Amino acid sequence: MDIRETLFKPVFRDNPIALQILGICSALAVTSSMQVSLVMAIALTLVTAFSSFFISTIRNYIPSSIRIIVQMTIIASLVIVVDQILKAVAYEISKQLSVFVGLIITNCIVMGRAEAYAMKNPPVPSFLDGLGNGLGYSFVLMVIAFIRELFGSGKLFGVEVLPLVTEGGWYMPNGLLLLPPSAFFLIGLLIWAIRSWQKDQVEQPEFRISQHTAVEESA
Amino acid sequence: MSSNKEGLSRVLTVAFALCIVCSVVVSTAAVLLKPAQAVNKTRDLKRNILMAAGLYDPALTVEEQFERVTTRVVDIESGTYVGDVDPNGFDPRAAAKDPARSRALDPEEDVAKILRRSDHALVYLVNDEAGDLDKVILPIHGYGLWSTLYGFVALESDANTIAGLGFYEHGETPGLGGEVDNPRWKALWEGKRAYRDGQVAINVAKGAVNPQSSGANWQVDGLSGATLTSRGVSNLVQFWLGAEGFQPYLTNLRGGDA
Repeated sequence: MDIRETLFKPVFRDNPIALQILGICSALAVTSSMQVSLVMAIALTLVTAFSSFFISTIRNYIPSSIRIIVQMTIIASLVIVVDQILKAVAYEISKQLSVFVGLIITNCIVMGRAEAYAMKNPPVPSFLDGLGNGLGYSFVLMVIAFIRELFGSGKLFGVEVLPLVTEGGWYMPNGLLLLPPSAFFLIGLLIWAIRSWQKDQVEQPEFRISQHTAVEESA
Repeated sequence: MSSNKEGLSRVLTVAFALCIVCSVVVSTAAVLLKPAQAVNKTRDLKRNILMAAGLYDPALTVEEQFERVTTRVVDIESGTYVGDVDPNGFDPRAAAKDPARSRALDPEEDVAKILRRSDHALVYLVNDEAGDLDKVILPIHGYGLWSTLYGFVALESDANTIAGLGFYEHGETPGLGGEVDNPRWKALWEGKRAYRDGQVAINVAKGAVNPQSSGANWQVDGLSGATLTSRGVSNLVQFWLGAEGFQPYLTNLRGGDA
């Protein structure tokens, strides 16, 4: 087992958001501020890593007829624990994240890694795989949040970087960046950038549009 | 063992064992963390009370600053303090739902669309250094466009001049109705008057307030793109400062016999 491979492959070469296009919902919702994104990224990374670990530990005992609900139960329990911890130690942020921590349960990345990797591999590689995919998600989240917060509200981690016109500065913020759809554009551009760099991620077209029939052929 | 891995008894055993383990983990976390969560919740509420009155200083702890604030229970109908209800144990939202401790409102008087109003309410009194009443902070809530807005309005010691307003819980559209949280809009409330000739006159205008108009002292700019939220805020402030709200109490307070 190659630890480096398991851990870092999901960050650039097999990124859950950029290549597998999973977990988009929360990437749109929480990325208007870096601080919130960071907490969300940590929460998801921990849940993915530990759920993969526990599912892998009991993988030989799980009857395949109920494996999905078993995975869901483990993931849901971990998410509730994370939510409770956030409410106890980071109340302000947990208020901002509101439903999105709970929605980690339905995040496709967590389920996807459990089903695709943890059910077939031993606990330690599964843990690293979960951690790696969490890091891949975190990487995208932080990039998007950096752009959205910097150009949307002139701040980074809540600290003013570009003084806004409304506060007496010179920067006119781009309001679109504070709205969720802007993350769609940014994720699209990011996917484009990654695929221009790593050409093997470009998908083969499923079918090709054929040429127009020339007039004399059809006649 | 692996031969009957898919058997019914195996399925039931795994499911049952998993549920037991997970429920123990979840309940342990919930029970152990409950005290810390309760502290956070109270602190958050206190911070919002201080912020509504414009007293919050992030450099000091909330508890330190809250020492200046006295919490009292008020009987809304008569406007007098109630001695036999402990303010620490009083839950306003539970009281508003309890038929024994609340009153259903008629549709025409229920401008804030809250359906039931509790008999008692908490008020927060802030004293200045000399021990005289400086500000009184009243809890308010009512329906906006999508959600019930919960907040506080702070009045100066004359029980007429508004010292501040803030909402700590709402589900209005971010960027439109959600602008009720905008500090610049909230600052517009400061110095406005609540009552004109004994009647509630404060309201949120549609659009900007003309500073030359005779009613400018009783009006706040509406939020652009959020007509219904603005109207909701206007209604709920009028309701809670009105005869069904805290008007009897404020009248008593002004007269010095609350």
